[in-house]
Amino acid sequence: MDKFLTDILGSEIGSYIIIAILPLVFIVPYALFAVWLERKVSAKMQDRLGPMYTGGWHGWAQTIADIIKLLQKEDIVPTVADKKLHLLAPFIVFVGSYAAFAAIPFSIEYIGSNLNLGLFYIIAVSSLVVVGLLMAGWASNNKWSLLGAMRSVAQIVSYEIPTALSLLAVIMIAGTMNLQEINQMQTGWFWNWFIFQKFPFVFLAFIIYFVASLAEVNRTPFDIPEAESELVAGYHTEYTGMKFAMFFLAEYANMFAVSAIASAVFLGGWNSPFGDFMSGQFWGVFWFVAKGIFFIFIQMWLRWTLPRLRVDQLMYVSWKVLTPWAFVCIFGIGLWLVL
Amino acid sequence: MGEIIANNKNTNLRTEEMVVQMGPQHPSTHGVLRLEVTLDGEIVTDVKPHIGYLHRCFEKQCEAMSNYQQVIPYLDRLDYIAAISMEWSYVLAVEKLLKIQLPERVEYIRVIMAELQRIASHIIAIGTYGLDMGAFTPFLFLMRDREMILDIFERTCGARLLYNYFWIGGLSHDVPLDFIDRTRQFCNKFKKTIVEVNNLLSYNEIFIKRTANVGVLPADVAINFATSGPVLRGSGVNWDLRRDDPYSIYDKFNWEVQVGKGERGILGDCWDRYMVRCREMEQSVKIIEQALNQIPEGDVKSAIPKRIRPNVGKMYVRTEAPRGELGIYLLSDGSTSPYRVKARSSCFVNLSVLPEISKGAMFADLVAIIGSIDIVLGEIDR
Repeated sequence: MDKFLTDILGSEIGSYIIIAILPLVFIVPYALFAVWLERKVSAKMQDRLGPMYTGGWHGWAQTIADIIKLLQKEDIVPTVADKKLHLLAPFIVFVGSYAAFAAIPFSIEYIGSNLNLGLFYIIAVSSLVVVGLLMAGWASNNKWSLLGAMRSVAQIVSYEIPTALSLLAVIMIAGTMNLQEINQMQTGWFWNWFIFQKFPFVFLAFIIYFVASLAEVNRTPFDIPEAESELVAGYHTEYTGMKFAMFFLAEYANMFAVSAIASAVFLGGWNSPFGDFMSGQFWGVFWFVAKGIFFIFIQMWLRWTLPRLRVDQLMYVSWKVLTPWAFVCIFGIGLWLVL
Repeated sequence: MGEIIANNKNTNLRTEEMVVQMGPQHPSTHGVLRLEVTLDGEIVTDVKPHIGYLHRCFEKQCEAMSNYQQVIPYLDRLDYIAAISMEWSYVLAVEKLLKIQLPERVEYIRVIMAELQRIASHIIAIGTYGLDMGAFTPFLFLMRDREMILDIFERTCGARLLYNYFWIGGLSHDVPLDFIDRTRQFCNKFKKTIVEVNNLLSYNEIFIKRTANVGVLPADVAINFATSGPVLRGSGVNWDLRRDDPYSIYDKFNWEVQVGKGERGILGDCWDRYMVRCREMEQSVKIIEQALNQIPEGDVKSAIPKRIRPNVGKMYVRTEAPRGELGIYLLSDGSTSPYRVKARSSCFVNLSVLPEISKGAMFADLVAIIGSIDIVLGEIDR
């Protein structure tokens, strides 16, 4: 990708800037689409219509209208807030989730940065979100925000462990952390995907990863940090206008990031499920995004079906269910590989 | 959870307690209730409910009315989720003072309306309880069906929330022609919805985890605090005024009082209270169906004097409203307006157990407990 761009532009810096901006070009329309989809999916599940008027066809322009509304809103900073941290927090949260996109392989050619430690990098850099959330909760000088921030930090930190362990199970099979190489190993028909190998260990690892990733992006049944009925809005209670929109954007970007990892590591990433059929540069992007959106749809499905867990039950799920089973996966795959 | 607090004290680890003002504007206090919550981390060490944000001088206003009939619209505004049941207590009190015999048809329509209202009220209770637990979808399924009830009410008396339908000595209007068909239709549809909600929410593993063994209200405490309605029955006390102190024609129907059985946890937990409401809706459907089959033709207004002027005397009438026992104490000085109207509010009494049962619970449990008590601030503050 960068070679191709350097040939066209004649300068390396220019091509790197374009590569860095490309995911943003993807994220913003995607987030607009995902918010609309969320509304439509929830409406469908709840016997409603959802937005129907804005833009004409099924209210497709509703989220665009919302963004325009948010842009016009007054930016309120509480008088007793820590102003610097309050300002910085939404950007750190967004940087944390946006940086993960650098190592996500959208197709065989297009990857922001083909790191050897791609998977490791994504796990590491997305932890930055935690810092931003804690900053937001603390700087708002609001007890509810602080409670929400404390909850979300406790939750995200503890769920990173099963996430990392379940990915480790796959890394043991692949023998690499380079996401592009992991994808290349899964080329061919869908039974080459890692999820269908070393049954049932990788499948179990996939389930663990998916559950843990739900908690990492604060989606129901793990949406405790922003538990609407308890904490009103959690850490972003005191944010208005575009700062609030940044949190929102970061949340949806994060949703896609974890879905992208799930599809890249377990479901063949940009590979077509049908061998050579519909495979290639363009189709690669198509399959990758389609798989990502599919996971996002499942996340929405769960959100509009399940109630929310309690904080201690959440911790219980992480430490006493997911983590031990992740170890079982690692042990099982290790034994399989040795034998 | 109490152990954690004790452990902290043992190890001399001084942890700062945080006082949080929950409400008056908070999504889970179901109105303008303010709770002064003392938190030790996530654990609630003390709760103080503060009420009065919705005080409207109901009782004083009643005295200023120029006749007995004018009080009824104010009754609607007590428990605005179950306005019909509020009207009924007052109307019954005046009728008993006047010693009026009502036509059969009036009694049947009153029972049907009150039971429809009970379903509508429990729908709100159960639906918003789901919301408190983070489950949005059951709420909207239930609200869809509540719409059918409100349509029936609207076609009958023109109002969707505050009806002014039960009048002294009868009803404001007779029911419309398609009333029986529509109500039957609703009953048939609603039976399916109850099953749907049970599958989606009541027996959901996460929901049970959140509500079972939480906010346990033992039967003796429930009785000592004089709670009533689903809160009392959730603790396993078999007490329902419709059966134990029968008024109107409830003794003509075949139905059962639902009590908590402690199926998923300790008897008297939030899940029991929730489930009592769920099962009461089924029983209400049963009563409505029987009443629809037996409803006679006739007049809906009995012959009462133009100016209602009861003899000097007093009357206390209690009825089983959806949230518990609503008592109306009526004092007549022989004039055309009541000398005193005192309401014994079920929500007010039920709320008083909140500090008792929520100490030592997690903060998220507090939301579950408030939701399971199911309060309406209009009735508490009056």
